[in-house]
Amino acid sequence: MSVVTNTTTIGAIEAPSRRNTELAMLAFAVIIPVFAYANVGLAKDGSLPAGMLGYGLGLSLLAGVAHLMVRKFAPYADPLMLPLATLLNGLGLVLIWRLDLEPTITTDALGGAMAPKQMIWSALGVALFLGVLLFLKDHRVLQRYTYISMVVALVLLILPMFFPAKFGARIWITIPGVGSLQPAEFAKIIIAIFFAGYLMVKRDALALASRRFMGMYLPRGRDLGPILAIWALSLMILIFETDLGTSLLFFGLFVIMLYVATERTSWVVFGLTLSAAGAVGVASFASHVQSRVENWLNPLALQDGGVTETAQAVYAFGSGGLFGSGLGQGYSRLIGGIAPKSDYILATVGEEMGLTGLMAIILLYGLLIERGVRTALAARDPFGKLLAIGLSGAFALQVFVVAGGVTGVIPLTGMTMPFLAQGGSSVIANWALIAILLRISDTARRPAPAPAPTSDAEMTQVVRP
Amino acid sequence: MSELTLTVMRLGFLAVLWLFVIVAVQVIRSDLFGTRVTQRGSRRTASADARPQQAGRQQQAAAPPQQRQRRGAPTKLVVSEGTLTGTTVALQGQTVTLGRAHDSTIVLDDDYASSRHARIYPDRDGQWIVEDLGSTNGTYLDRTRLTTPTPIPLGAPIRIGKTVIELRK
Repeated sequence: MSVVTNTTTIGAIEAPSRRNTELAMLAFAVIIPVFAYANVGLAKDGSLPAGMLGYGLGLSLLAGVAHLMVRKFAPYADPLMLPLATLLNGLGLVLIWRLDLEPTITTDALGGAMAPKQMIWSALGVALFLGVLLFLKDHRVLQRYTYISMVVALVLLILPMFFPAKFGARIWITIPGVGSLQPAEFAKIIIAIFFAGYLMVKRDALALASRRFMGMYLPRGRDLGPILAIWALSLMILIFETDLGTSLLFFGLFVIMLYVATERTSWVVFGLTLSAAGAVGVASFASHVQSRVENWLNPLALQDGGVTETAQAVYAFGSGGLFGSGLGQGYSRLIGGIAPKSDYILATVGEEMGLTGLMAIILLYGLLIERGVRTALAARDPFGKLLAIGLSGAFALQVFVVAGGVTGVIPLTGMTMPFLAQGGSSVIANWALIAILLRISDTARRPAPAPAPTSDAEMTQVVRP
Repeated sequence: MSELTLTVMRLGFLAVLWLFVIVAVQVIRSDLFGTRVTQRGSRRTASADARPQQAGRQQQAAAPPQQRQRRGAPTKLVVSEGTLTGTTVALQGQTVTLGRAHDSTIVLDDDYASSRHARIYPDRDGQWIVEDLGSTNGTYLDRTRLTTPTPIPLGAPIRIGKTVIELRK
């Protein structure tokens, strides 16, 4: 039987772990922000900035530790997610540091310099990333906590109602001595776990028990319960917390996951109709939402002696042009407040890196989301599939809501650009999100164990002439 | 800092950012199609070219057009008799194994087939060869029992137990 060892089977290509690719990409992803620091420093003072070494070392330390842990605990995970997240986080740090150099928007009243704090938040985010990789050995464990996660997500969503509103939206909870948190950022991960666990069990009922009417599958009345409940919840968020973004995120996430679980277009039509009706209804009486819509429709209207922030952001994009003014040479400080560091950070990107840079950044987000969807396609268990699509869907919706708001496609909402914008909760939650996606992709890409040697035991019958 | 340096840095930064995007897309591409296979010697291109997904890449590798896809080279393997009748396997330059073993390319549900019965593979010229792997009942090309690896003419029946397969264009 010595000949047998020569045979190969189609498809038995050994799966590479791609960890070295990840390391190379990570090194690249650390070099780009360091280059950006040098660029900002040279443009502002004509010398290499003193903080460059510190930030560069900090970022490479975070990336290095994360890479080693991935190598140890998720060896077959996707090679691109970690470098993409690191690059976006690093660029975010540079942009915030660069805006810190503008004295008019870095006054004590506005919270002073944000970059050091953001660095600490990033470190905490990577720590949570490592924690998730370390303690979540198998993502299917999360399935056990389906209904607990529903309760936790609801509590997290309702909590901010009891705290005073900031910047016109009640989305923060303030813990004395620690600072303020945006629980919705964490709730989006937890609610994706709930949807995945719930839809995995109920998807057959939702997909099959339906009547056909005018070419569409209408769901049964009793199956409508959950979607109506989520719709009511997202409207309540919109009304009581006046937070358009979060409500859009949750309802959109539910519709995406419902569609993926049931393959029924009718759910998407139904969901879009409901959300449109809800949004129009709420916009007709909630003043906060009304003003946002007003700014979106008439950005050039005069307000407090100047144009709206929406118009200022669009001016920033316009002044950036195709190739931008160069890092550190833009005027996005004119937007005022801390908005350029958080909500409008894309305006800074658009002004200083131009359309070319903005497209690259959006492509980076696109690639990250693509890897998430790819993970969902590759995952073998339905819960993992739904969870991966839910997490990447939430990420995608958030990017769309923020980018769309800043560029004037949709009314602006109070959400942060994942990784890029200033904000602790956002960075920490998104690192945890990446960690769960990496865990799922590790399970999905791990080569199947070799089949047990079996059952060639029956003897071959001999042809008798 | 001079205007020129800053302009160079500005454009350089954008170039580096896009380079990262392009490299990332390359990583995704190699994830989809596997690692690039470098051909040793130009003659093997004929057989490897049958892989449709590689066609574009092969052209890139500067394979002269007249060497692509030999005329009359078989592209698929068809089971014409036996329980698997109608099954086709695209010939993509890999070895096709036949037998009752579960890891065979074509798993034969046939008591008269051995667990590792025969294999079909392309030689250096892209000619497909059938080889008996020491089976109990033997492999027949037309009516002759195989003793050595033998080139397969197009459409010639290869009989293994109750199964007959042939190569077609």
